[in-house]
Amino acid sequence: MAAPRTLFDKIWDAHLVDTTEDGLSILYADRLLIMEMQPQAFEGLRMAGLKVRCPDKVLGVMDHVIPTHPRDQAIEDPVARMMVQQAYKDYEEFGVELFDLMDKRQGIVHVIGPEQGFTLPGVTLFCGDSHTATHGAFGAFAMGVGTSEIEHILATQTLRSPKPKNMRVTVDGDLSIGCSGKDIILAIIGAIGTAGGTGHVIEFAGSAIRDLSMEGRMTVSNMTIEAGARAGLIAPDEKTFAYCEGRQRAPKGADWDRAIEYWKTLPTDEGAVFDKEVTLEAEKIAPQVTWGTNPEEVAPIDGVVPDPADAPNEDRRRMIQRSLDYMGLVPGTAMKDVAIDRAFIGSCTNSRIEDLEAAAAIALGRKVADGVEAMVVPGSGLIKDEAEARGLDKIFMEAGFDWREPGCSMCIAMNGDNIEPGQRCASTSNRNFEGRQGRDGRTHLASPAMVTAAAVTGRLTDVRELETRSIE
Amino acid sequence: MDKFNTLTGVAAPMDMINIDTDKIIPKLHLRTIKRTGLGKVLFEEMRFETDGSEKPDFILNKEPYRNSKIIVAGDNFGCGSSREHAPWALLDFGIRCVISTSFADIFYNNCFKNGILPIRVTKDQLDALMADASDTENPELTVNLVNMEIKRPNGVTVPFELDAFRRECLLDGLDDIGLTMQKGDKIDGFEAQQNQAQPWLNSGPPA
Repeated sequence: MAAPRTLFDKIWDAHLVDTTEDGLSILYADRLLIMEMQPQAFEGLRMAGLKVRCPDKVLGVMDHVIPTHPRDQAIEDPVARMMVQQAYKDYEEFGVELFDLMDKRQGIVHVIGPEQGFTLPGVTLFCGDSHTATHGAFGAFAMGVGTSEIEHILATQTLRSPKPKNMRVTVDGDLSIGCSGKDIILAIIGAIGTAGGTGHVIEFAGSAIRDLSMEGRMTVSNMTIEAGARAGLIAPDEKTFAYCEGRQRAPKGADWDRAIEYWKTLPTDEGAVFDKEVTLEAEKIAPQVTWGTNPEEVAPIDGVVPDPADAPNEDRRRMIQRSLDYMGLVPGTAMKDVAIDRAFIGSCTNSRIEDLEAAAAIALGRKVADGVEAMVVPGSGLIKDEAEARGLDKIFMEAGFDWREPGCSMCIAMNGDNIEPGQRCASTSNRNFEGRQGRDGRTHLASPAMVTAAAVTGRLTDVRELETRSIE
Repeated sequence: MDKFNTLTGVAAPMDMINIDTDKIIPKLHLRTIKRTGLGKVLFEEMRFETDGSEKPDFILNKEPYRNSKIIVAGDNFGCGSSREHAPWALLDFGIRCVISTSFADIFYNNCFKNGILPIRVTKDQLDALMADASDTENPELTVNLVNMEIKRPNGVTVPFELDAFRRECLLDGLDDIGLTMQKGDKIDGFEAQQNQAQPWLNSGPPA
């Protein structure tokens, strides 16, 4: 009998085109998502006289630089306009399908892949963005790659890579009220650190992961890279299949039945060995919020800003001190005493319908606090439509939030949406690096419910202390 | 891609952990259709004030580090995004080698595609190299990829490891797309077999 294998092993083995003598694998790429940030990959093909090997397995998107103001307004920023025009040109020249800016299916690359059924269990999927790990929520091997690797995939439909190691993070038990997938993943990163998964792919397992919706699972897998691992995976199950069924690019008819049959063979075998194992108890996870300048610098909302003097070593002490200086925080301050200026709900981490529902349930009947500027940016045109059909846009606008067109927006702040120097922003995005949301801006990462709670109170707030209202 | 054989140059000490890709090159500079010209914004927010003037304390603004070819940095260098603009900016500045105790996976990989050698060393070795680099009188290191060793100013060598394929590619300046295209038959074979087993993967966009 064959040795027991992990979910990741099975997908890897099923995509091996060749293994070279030095142990590097040539892995087949079932799917490639591209966006406007890598025109250099097409330029490389052009210079070498190469074409795209399988244009049908590539989907083109624009999300990073596009403004979130109404789509009938022109893109004023000449650099952003040039990037978008270049993408139109490249995709057309190389025969790649594109959702243009007027298309309802347009949105953030990691939202629309799953939404279109382009992302499926068992596939290998690559994209020039580190949050490609999102797609692993479907039991796919999905990994962010650099521009040169994109060029390699476009030309050969393969990727050269050493095989990463297997790591499993198990979260068992019931998640507390007020907590979500975002709190799980922030707690995991807090526990293992930003380099905790380096060299590995992480399979997220356990009852708390299984209990999450597909949206919640995508949020968890999305931030795998913030723990250092290039890819995260979650075993496909009935929820996964139900999410995929009927989507535009999902298999249909007899193919669907065959696909399900195959997908059911993917979960990790009993007895498979992981190189590294970590376990967390869901009950012990409180709503999380970051205090520093990388996602491992996180605390429960009822906690305090840490003291660098308590750091385990000198490197760490200096890092914490630098973070506190940048963030303008003093050790011992209660997280709940930190006042904010801005609130951002959106990004590939938290811009799906469930995220907007969670935010609306807190925003309903409340007002954004005086002096706070708050915005909601849905992940795709389809999500925006669904939210509007259900009246969520009205809830947000009545509460004083801006309701925008889809895009990456203030997660990476390169489209004109950004915070000002010294401003403090509660954000559902994925990175709190220095300057991430605007030079000298200060970011506190949290869940959609927590960010909304901060928006309406004007400070970081324990969402469990606010009544959640029915938005039905 | 330029070949990498041996490199002798000033090593800049950056004694800080978790130097992320946003620090290496802030996102506004990703808005370019070129790979070149990014050296002037390398480490922009640590290196320059908002008015564009130099921050005098930043290492690359000081002599003899303005002409550094090597960076010696703390743990987890290059964490964060997949932006290949990070190695492009380093290369454009003149950096061909980064030495640290660990690198983020995507950044590590991206370096090799651009003729930059990332070297992993132990914490003790890093401390010694950091001290060497901090000696403004003689902060030069020599990196020898053929022998896989770093020669310190005191003549002592520090060995390092690297997988054979990446070493070959750097030594010969090889383009791996060309190498993979030589495997065209194997890719064709894989596709034929996959089309049988999972025809839905090849259906393309719906009509």
